[in-house]
Amino acid sequence: MDRRVKITLLLAPALLVVGVLFAGGLSAAVVQSLGYLPAIGMTEPNLDAYREVLGSRDFVDSLLLTVYVAGASTAISTVLAVLAALALRNSAGRLSAAVFQLPITIPHLVAAVGIALVVSQTGLGARLAAALGLIGEPSEFPALLYDRYSVGVILTYVWKEVPFIALVVLAALRGVAGELEEVARTLGANRWQRFWYVVFPTIAPGVVAASLIVFAFTFGAFEVPYLLGQTYPTILPVTAYNEYRSIDLSSRPAAMAINVLIALITALFAAAYLRLGRGLGRG
Amino acid sequence: MALLVALPFLPLFLWSFAGEWRFPDLLPAEWSLRGFRALAEPGSRVVEAALSSLLIGGAATVASVAVGLPAGVALGRYEFRLKGLVVFFVLLPILVPPLASTMGVHLTFIRLGLADTSLGVFLVHLVPTVPYTTIILASVFAERGVELEEAARTLGATPWRAFLHVTLPTAAPGVAVAALFAFLVSWSQYILTVLIGGGNVVTLPMLLFSAARGSDPVLTSVLALLFALPAVLALVVALRYLKPGEGDGEQEGFVGLGGKVS
Repeated sequence: MDRRVKITLLLAPALLVVGVLFAGGLSAAVVQSLGYLPAIGMTEPNLDAYREVLGSRDFVDSLLLTVYVAGASTAISTVLAVLAALALRNSAGRLSAAVFQLPITIPHLVAAVGIALVVSQTGLGARLAAALGLIGEPSEFPALLYDRYSVGVILTYVWKEVPFIALVVLAALRGVAGELEEVARTLGANRWQRFWYVVFPTIAPGVVAASLIVFAFTFGAFEVPYLLGQTYPTILPVTAYNEYRSIDLSSRPAAMAINVLIALITALFAAAYLRLGRGLGRG
Repeated sequence: MALLVALPFLPLFLWSFAGEWRFPDLLPAEWSLRGFRALAEPGSRVVEAALSSLLIGGAATVASVAVGLPAGVALGRYEFRLKGLVVFFVLLPILVPPLASTMGVHLTFIRLGLADTSLGVFLVHLVPTVPYTTIILASVFAERGVELEEAARTLGATPWRAFLHVTLPTAAPGVAVAALFAFLVSWSQYILTVLIGGGNVVTLPMLLFSAARGSDPVLTSVLALLFALPAVLALVVALRYLKPGEGDGEQEGFVGLGGKVS
């Protein structure tokens, strides 16, 4: 069989699934965001929804919150992951590896519920604070759920994502970085010099790639903020969903416009990630 | 570090067996199996929802491995023009939330009669699962050389037989990892199911969600543990029965996301 035909046939089922269900769905979202919804008598394509969304205070608040949650989760996870990887790299225990990978497979919802029962005002944290005499009533414990700073949401993401980034870092550390560090050691570099001039530059591309994935994911994820987030403002996917569910069908285009903006932003991160990946492959 | 990993599970276990546990007691004053009994009660819908989750997850796993296997062979073994673009396209649903595309596809699903059905839910679950199986299997086939298969060919095997009897068995652990991953991704879906299932298709995460929004931590914790069970089992299977290296399949899949495929 001709090689090109063979490759096309092999790829066809996957491209069909992603093309129809994903790309098709996004295209439909674009069409509906332009106000084209014949089913409810909207047949004049226009940019009203984008004007409305981009000009509204709600959207700006929502966007800022989303960037904050995704940014804070990514930054905290990345720092902790690098530290965890540095601490773990010499222990090759299988049990610790298994325990460490657990958060990667656990569903976000389970993590969110568990974290909520730790940090809520009647949770384990508050009970411990009461036992230590720090608080008397649950209401004296800081509100970490449904709060302005999205503490519960960020903690859940950090718990889930640290192991993922750390495994990427560990893979890099166990490869070339370890050998180079040995060389630096024999050349008399101290601990800090070895980390800053040798280890860090070697693991940096992997760290950046993993952080990009985490940022894009937390930017577009729905469940955790829907469960543990405040009621206003909500992060963009939740805002889009609320608009979508509204009884007033004329807010459909606005919901779709937000969806399209989320897709564009996350696609940019995906592109940046893949560019980086290819650069790594060449180097 | 193990303590931090275990921390969210601590209240889940305690609450699951708690009878009475008032603030500010550090431990429940009474223990009980009320939560577990509630699971099996006729009105609880838990069994039905778990079966529904298993069915949709199982179907999504089979379908996404069937779709991801040939694509993985193409991406892992061959160099071709536009390969970078194909990889970008197939990976996109991992990073661009499928929520956006699912809202877009909803109207069409309603028109086709797929909305509010398990079939419709199964179809949208493929959006996040197929990219994972494709990428994991691409890295699996990229690692396996073609030498053995070529040896089989020179011994007179047809290309198909050589693939089936020589290459596929050596790729089996990788296929198992891809399958586990696909199942977990489908099992964890909440919002795609809600959107397309429209309340008609009830899966486990939907019960967990409404419990978590309610005021019964006992039922919530029991449901959360039940919902976490396949993830724990999958990890045990991956670490125990698949060779080290392959066993870190979860990691392999993610790391492979960037390193090997592009």
